[in-house]
Amino acid sequence: MSTLPQPNHAPHAHSGLKVSRIMATVMLALTPATLFGFALFGWPSILLWLVTVGSCMVLEVACLRLAGRGGPKTLWDGSALLAGWLLAMTLPPFAPWWIGVVGAFATIVVAKHAYGGLGQNPFNPAMVGRVALLISFPLPMTTWVQPSPLFAASSPSLIDSLHIVFSGTPVPDALTSATVLGHVKAEATRGIDALQAVLGLQMDGSGLGWHAGSLGETGTLLILAGGLFLLARRIITWHIPASLLAGLALPAAIGHAVAPEQFLSAGAHLTAGAAMLGAFFIATDLVTSPATSAGRLIFGFGCGLLTWVIRTFAGFPEGLAFAVLLMNAGVPLIDRYTRPRIYGHGQPAKAS
Amino acid sequence: MPAVATLPAWLQRSLIRWGVHPDDHKRPVADLPVERLPLPSRLFLPLQQHVGAPARPVVKIGDHVLKGQLLAESAANISAPVHASTSGRIVDITTYPAPHPSGLEQPVMVLEPDGKDRWIDTAPPADPFALPPTEVGRMVSAAGVVGMGGATFPSAVKLALGLRVQVEILIVNGGECEPYLSCDDRLMRDHAAGVVDGIRLALHAIGAQEARVGIENNKPEAIAAMQQAAAPFPEVRIMPVPAQYPMGSDKQLIQVLTGREVPFDGRAADAGVLVHNVGTCHAIHQAVRLGRPLVERLVTVSGGAVRRPRNVVAPIGATAQALFDYCDGLASAPARVIMGGPMMGNPLATTASPVIKGTSGLLALTQEEVGEGERAGPCIRCASCVSVCPMNLLPLEMAAHIRSDDPDGAFQLGLNDCIGCGCCSYVCPSAIPLSHYFSYAKGALAANERAKLKSESIKKLTTARLERQEREAREKAEAAARRKAEREAAKARAAAQANAATAKAATADVNA
Repeated sequence: MSTLPQPNHAPHAHSGLKVSRIMATVMLALTPATLFGFALFGWPSILLWLVTVGSCMVLEVACLRLAGRGGPKTLWDGSALLAGWLLAMTLPPFAPWWIGVVGAFATIVVAKHAYGGLGQNPFNPAMVGRVALLISFPLPMTTWVQPSPLFAASSPSLIDSLHIVFSGTPVPDALTSATVLGHVKAEATRGIDALQAVLGLQMDGSGLGWHAGSLGETGTLLILAGGLFLLARRIITWHIPASLLAGLALPAAIGHAVAPEQFLSAGAHLTAGAAMLGAFFIATDLVTSPATSAGRLIFGFGCGLLTWVIRTFAGFPEGLAFAVLLMNAGVPLIDRYTRPRIYGHGQPAKAS
Repeated sequence: MPAVATLPAWLQRSLIRWGVHPDDHKRPVADLPVERLPLPSRLFLPLQQHVGAPARPVVKIGDHVLKGQLLAESAANISAPVHASTSGRIVDITTYPAPHPSGLEQPVMVLEPDGKDRWIDTAPPADPFALPPTEVGRMVSAAGVVGMGGATFPSAVKLALGLRVQVEILIVNGGECEPYLSCDDRLMRDHAAGVVDGIRLALHAIGAQEARVGIENNKPEAIAAMQQAAAPFPEVRIMPVPAQYPMGSDKQLIQVLTGREVPFDGRAADAGVLVHNVGTCHAIHQAVRLGRPLVERLVTVSGGAVRRPRNVVAPIGATAQALFDYCDGLASAPARVIMGGPMMGNPLATTASPVIKGTSGLLALTQEEVGEGERAGPCIRCASCVSVCPMNLLPLEMAAHIRSDDPDGAFQLGLNDCIGCGCCSYVCPSAIPLSHYFSYAKGALAANERAKLKSESIKKLTTARLERQEREAREKAEAAARRKAEREAAKARAAAQANAATAKAATADVNA
């Protein structure tokens, strides 16, 4: 045998881990919470999800074509689908179609491809999409609805839903409602303290998600289950979720202990809003989070703390998206100052 | 950090925060009895099978030699002799494709076996432990023993170093963490007594009191055999370690067995330890107890393309093709043929290349085993490479620097600490050939360093030349000035004399 294949550098084996498999696993983890959200909010949420995810895919293809990097493999790595999915999880379920399209544009074109595509973006694309929408279109982005289960008599039918999503028919007043955090914030401006505000809310089953909000805010327990699944599959590490939840819960607990009428409890902070989605699915975005364990702890804690600060003191009821984007900006710095000690450096040779 | 290997087994795994678990593919080959390769018709013995200077031939073409006879002697401080792998005739001293990815030719001696396989007369010492340590080292050196785990560093040089700096612990590497390979496993199962004897001889040669033998816990039979063989010798401690690649890397094994780290700018001896592979220890036993030089070794012939994978005892110099043929050849065209293991081994350019002292395995891997060979995608910063790196490096950041043609940036991040284990490439979901990047950048850095040295020496020469020219010009000018001054002085003297003469004449005239 004289002709052997072209020599190749070691290693001559691979674990089989692929980008597309990572993305698929994350989507699998998102599925239960998404299906729960679909059941809870019915056809409009399904339609909006389809529009958002579809727009992301179309824009991804367009951007790859423009960059001359087309090809099915790059599209089917699933990163665009996942970014669109995560964005859709944070939208009001009855929002009109163009919210999904504009959000997809900000997510895929502005946040991802303007920086050079997959792996190059410093900011979490889905959060850029959400923040762009929230600042530009505050009204549709804060029109929340009560749960209106699929096939329930009071819920909009498929035809009604098509009207709501595509032809701007206003959401029936009877359905509109506020999120837990939105309600507390609004009550605070009327001088009603947090304790009363929470009591005034029908909180039964709120941990189970039976309240107004985005898909990502409602199925909290399912989101948590999906996050634990990702941990078990080693797609993410524990550092960011643990430190983010700690960064949110610690100041909340202290504040609540000192002045319960002014500060929401840690439990409310953790179960309301996008805390779980943020901790397990958003802040853990591989591209935009630090590469070192120590860096991830700092990053997660910062996200949690900023979320609490924004929720408590700023004008927005929910601040996770802002917190994540702010911390994203610090990732290169965090990575630089948390480089692990290299073997054989800076330690006496004889330890024992 | 404490020595992980001294802690309870259930704790060990969780304390080792690096490495990967490739499918080990070691069985059933590891459980099959070892077979001996029949003598091939020709053996190709490279003069360089070790780190250091190539050996210098001491026999001529046409000479008849006996098994174990010296063919080429050690040619420098760091070098190793080469011996005849069987009895026969030296038919040529020529060049032949090296077992290296380049397949470039290297000097070899071609030995045609006479089929008798007759040994030289050996006179092993009655009690080697009565000999001075340096004498044991000399015997190891004369036997041409080199690191048999693949590093091929002359063992006697290491023993001498260990004796000189008084290392405390001899680390014996029975990790064999590379997938497929089971030659060390087999050696420990079949020749535990010889290995333990070699370990004790090495301890004697370096004057150390304790040997720690690290064996991955996926080799329970080898651990049991070694424990039994080492039972009478409390100075030899058999320490099972978690099966985790790259456990068999010197630096990692030292860390796990002793808690010490080799300083980045030093050697294992600086951490008070010396590392020898179990195969090397067995070769030391053969050399000192039996007076037999290193002329054969155990080679794992395996991989999905091999029909009858086996552990084979092969004479040094047998071709890879001869070993594959003995294993009934290849069932399918291999995607890669590797010498060594799949994680760090070198692809062969041709199967005509010979087995050398450092050849632990010959693998013919199918496409399926190698992976799909996908094109590299963009880095998604998943940091899998960071979590597996046994040196605590940031492969993704080093790769980013290298991609933007900045090997110095990668150097700042610890490029030269990279041991090339390949864990990062193995896990990368984007199939980025990180190990390849790092090899390339290390080469680029070395080339830069050489270029810098060269330009510095040119600068020095130029400066020296300018200085010399200046000096010469100055000296010339000075000499010219001196000559001129002398001429003028002479002229002045002559004039003065003339004046004096005139004056004298004038005086005379006056007097007259």
